[in-house]
Amino acid sequence: MVETVLRQSPLSTCHPEVGALAEIGEAGAALRERPYRTKVNLRGDAADKAFLKAVAGATGIELPLEPNRTAVIERQFGPVATLWLGPNEWLFTGAPDQAAALVEALDGALIGRHAAVNDLSGSRTTIELSGPRHLDLLAKGCALDLDLAAFPVGACAQTHIARALVILHRTAEDRVEIHVARSFAEYLWLWLLDAGAEYGVVTLAGAP
Amino acid sequence: MTTAFRTAKGGRIDRSQSIGFRFDGQNYWGNAGDTLASALLANGVHFVGRSFKYHRPRGIMTAGSEEPNALVQFGLGDRTEPNARATVVELHEGLVAASQNAWPTLGSDVGVVNSWASRLIPAGFYYKTFMWPRFGWKFYERAIRHAAGLGRAPEGKDPDHYDKMHAHCDVLVVGGGPAGLSAARAAAMTGARVIVMDEGPEFGGSLLSETAEIAGRPAMDWVAGVVDELAERSNVRLLTRTSAVGYYDHNFLVAVERVTDHLAAPPEHLPRQRLWKVRAKQVVLAQGAIERPLVFADNDRPGIMMAGAARSYLNRYGVKVGNRVVVATNNDSAYAAAADLHDAGVAVTIVDIRDEPTGGDLPLAAFGKGIDVLSGHAVIGSDGGRRVEAAYVAQISPSAKRIAGSIQRFECDAILMSGGWNPSVHLFSQSGGKLAYDRERTIFIPGETRQQARSTGAAAGDFSLVDALTDGLAAGLEAAADAGHRKRGGRPQAPAVAPVITVPLEPLWSVPGRDPRGRTNKHFVDFQNDVTAADVALAAREGYLSVEHLKRYTTTGMGTDQGKSSNVNALALMAAASGRDIPEVGTTTFRPPFVPVSFGALAGRNVDHLADPVRKTPMHRWHETAGAVFEDVGQWKRPFYYPQRGEGKQAAVNREVRAVRNSLGILDASTLGKIDIRGPDARKLLNWVYTNAWNKLEAGRCRYGLMCHEDGMVFDDGVTACLDENHFLMHTTTGNAASVLGWIEEWLQTEWPNLKVWCTSVTEQFATVTICGPNARRLLGELCGDIDLSSEAFPFMSVREGHVAGLRARVFRVSFTGELSYEINVSADCGLALWNACMMAGEKFGITPFGTEAMHVLRAEKGYIIVGQDTDGTVTPIDLGMGWAVSATKDFLGKRSLARAATAAPGRKELVGLMTETPTDVLPEGAQIVEKALESAPMPMLGHVTSSYYSPNLGHSIALALVRDGRNRIGETLEVPLPERTCRVRLTDPVFFDKEGARLDG
Repeated sequence: MVETVLRQSPLSTCHPEVGALAEIGEAGAALRERPYRTKVNLRGDAADKAFLKAVAGATGIELPLEPNRTAVIERQFGPVATLWLGPNEWLFTGAPDQAAALVEALDGALIGRHAAVNDLSGSRTTIELSGPRHLDLLAKGCALDLDLAAFPVGACAQTHIARALVILHRTAEDRVEIHVARSFAEYLWLWLLDAGAEYGVVTLAGAP
Repeated sequence: MTTAFRTAKGGRIDRSQSIGFRFDGQNYWGNAGDTLASALLANGVHFVGRSFKYHRPRGIMTAGSEEPNALVQFGLGDRTEPNARATVVELHEGLVAASQNAWPTLGSDVGVVNSWASRLIPAGFYYKTFMWPRFGWKFYERAIRHAAGLGRAPEGKDPDHYDKMHAHCDVLVVGGGPAGLSAARAAAMTGARVIVMDEGPEFGGSLLSETAEIAGRPAMDWVAGVVDELAERSNVRLLTRTSAVGYYDHNFLVAVERVTDHLAAPPEHLPRQRLWKVRAKQVVLAQGAIERPLVFADNDRPGIMMAGAARSYLNRYGVKVGNRVVVATNNDSAYAAAADLHDAGVAVTIVDIRDEPTGGDLPLAAFGKGIDVLSGHAVIGSDGGRRVEAAYVAQISPSAKRIAGSIQRFECDAILMSGGWNPSVHLFSQSGGKLAYDRERTIFIPGETRQQARSTGAAAGDFSLVDALTDGLAAGLEAAADAGHRKRGGRPQAPAVAPVITVPLEPLWSVPGRDPRGRTNKHFVDFQNDVTAADVALAAREGYLSVEHLKRYTTTGMGTDQGKSSNVNALALMAAASGRDIPEVGTTTFRPPFVPVSFGALAGRNVDHLADPVRKTPMHRWHETAGAVFEDVGQWKRPFYYPQRGEGKQAAVNREVRAVRNSLGILDASTLGKIDIRGPDARKLLNWVYTNAWNKLEAGRCRYGLMCHEDGMVFDDGVTACLDENHFLMHTTTGNAASVLGWIEEWLQTEWPNLKVWCTSVTEQFATVTICGPNARRLLGELCGDIDLSSEAFPFMSVREGHVAGLRARVFRVSFTGELSYEINVSADCGLALWNACMMAGEKFGITPFGTEAMHVLRAEKGYIIVGQDTDGTVTPIDLGMGWAVSATKDFLGKRSLARAATAAPGRKELVGLMTETPTDVLPEGAQIVEKALESAPMPMLGHVTSSYYSPNLGHSIALALVRDGRNRIGETLEVPLPERTCRVRLTDPVFFDKEGARLDG
């Protein structure tokens, strides 16, 4: 796998220097890139029971049918989250380098069915935003109601932060994952730093 | 520090903390908790500005955001802010402010001649006077702006930063006075998410100026208790210094929080102001009421102010507005101000229009204190210069509205006026709510609401403290219930307050004066715009009867205060002048913002490097290191050209272009749009959206296509590859990647839901490296071992999968330069790795990175179009000479339009090539093309230049152009008139280089 050696994430040059790793400490919010994470996009007909069954059979994942909700399953390499993006679109996210296997499993199970599986791992990177003020920081650029009651753990949404189109996924009460197209990543990163200055935002070393 | 008009005790200022400040170059002392206005008044300064039109001396009139007069230039340098209301500017150490609209100084202002000439400049004078000659306006305007301007905008860049914040809640309470706090408290008890905002630095609203008690304690104790309680709740957000400025559809409100304006040294990490965008399920409007001035002669001198304001200055700021005051009123509320001032040792005389103002508790209390009251009398004029010196008082006949007795002169240093109170209905009206007119009390109150909103307290016309507390509580509970939150357990009770009996006011919209025509003495209605009662009457006489016409003709209700104090008086005067009822005249439309908003707050952090996203490709840093000059293509940064040391643009582009034709060039094409299309109906979709046919394209082959909108005009083009029978990869232009996908999805979802096709954007999944030139195959051969690159096995317009530089890759053999060319797609994370591998392996071929400009030259040499440059939304495929790409046998989007008479008519503008007579003459793009240049414009235009470059391969400039009937004119010579010269051009075929396409195979 030459790729894993040579690849470069869009924010690799934005990570703090090793040795100058910031600690969350008093910071109200922290940013870090989670580069190279697996992202596989699936399109198919949610009304087609056989399609849903084929996906479940191949991956063990029951596709979430409730809008803006996520299904999470555990695998040896970590959790795989399936994000509902639309009535006929889902995004699988998980640890790096799982895309090929996942695409193969899905393609195999969906032969002869009307579905589209695309590895989009390189098209977006993931920024994890955490800390006690992370929601205030997001509220500066996102018009959605991200209060825990309205956007609980496991919720996801396609929305804007400032002028970047993103997929938001709340992974825990104190953190969200932001999946952003790689060409917008640096803009969003700089925007989050600017907007987070009020809360003493810090950046952490990237980690998948 | 003691100041002359500061009381010995009382008020909410911090007497232990003196603050030095500067106004009009003079140093003063105030206290923490002061506004600029209260601090000036404490120093005995009333005269703070000149009026807009007549340059009359003006003083501080109110104690709130409705202030029309006391507008000052606040701050220094690039932080200066014009038209700041001294009544809301919080005092801080080192504050600097200056008066406006006076030159050279406030005291000796030359503009005051306008006042003497006022008979010549009535309302609408410039509509009548400056209409002739027409070109003169640009001279007149400069002089008028200088004479009538407000403050001065800063000239440099704004040194501050600003913030925006979205917020959501069940109940938004606007206004933190007794009604608002009651509502917020009640709503919060239900567990509803509550936001309560107030424009002042602390909550309390009218209670900050009040002496009344709540539950047997000072009213502000109750406020403190409620605020503490709310602050402890996690479901409540308290916002002070926050003005709700706009109420839009769907209960969307915008507010501005002044975060650091009140601080002498704002911390760097805080924004100066924050724009709140609130989406509320329910809104409670509790903004209180604004006092109405009385319209009497010379009612604008410094020292004449609202009675409620004088009470605020006394009770809230510990400032006496004078030592000897006359209180002019038509209602009970001014008696409270009179009584408090009397208690503070001020000599007070009350002049009440009403004959028998005896029924109410407040007048009774004033009588009890022995305050002089002249009932059935009015203040009919004033005397003084830079400060009022006397009030003229006379008995008036209640019915005839005439002066009925002799005129008495009362020496005084302040006149307080009260014409009653207008509920603050601005936001309610902005929300679309209808106003109702309450005849009894002569006020507009909120009527039918159009959104999920309710008004309460004084904002609803319920002026008593008892009503504010009980109605506010009810409004809060109802709002929470409507948002789905009900209080468990017992209903909370409003605190006990002693009721106050009041008797109705008596309206007198214009107090008669000694000069009935109001010529020598002005009865001001709108103080900020210098609109008088006579101006309103003039508007009525001249037929401007509509309230909207009245506003535009006289400018009443315009300006920074938007007529907060003046509007009702103005329309009541219009009603009287035109013999109509007040509701018949109606109000003007209330528009956002409620108070002025800085541009900085609206811009937020969308400035400088965050003004717009900068999109970068995976190879961006390499380009930067190589010294590339970048070009903005939409939001993308693309290398424009790569100048070597000492090289100018043209030299660099020439070098890059030659390298591609002679050996090998490399281009970052990652920005091209890419759409993955799958499904059994994928070909049907392609047949619909492209003008050519797609049925026979085999797996592994590519085809170029044009897309038209329904109007038959080209809007995108690109190469689509067939990866498998039901699987295609569509390429779009860089700028249209998102709009093409949106266009296709719209058709799929609305018109063709039966088509089984899935589209997925994969633009960012792949980095694309284009290598092109005679040595492209040799380079690829060195990097790729698992694809047969021979021309037979991998012909032009085909796609193969394999590995390049060890990376999984999809390789397209397509060409936008006319050279042998490969577009290599790898995972975007590996784009830089692929680029580096190509650069290393290509060194022996002199591989040359080229930018978009060289690409443009190369494609123009071949006559390849760029959609959006050579097309502009009015160009059909036929116009481009690309009829070969239009199927005659199938249907497609735009086909019918191509048969329209105008689209099919001969003589349309067509794409042609241009060769200048002088080889080195490069035409400017956009230049017009004519048959024969005339001496001067206009001349009949035949078309324009769309692309123009110098071609180093031809040693000649080349251009593409759209020219009327162009293809039939090929061979003719036309002219291009330019500012300094006229250039003769020969029309040619648009393909300039390698017409037979021999170079495509290397």
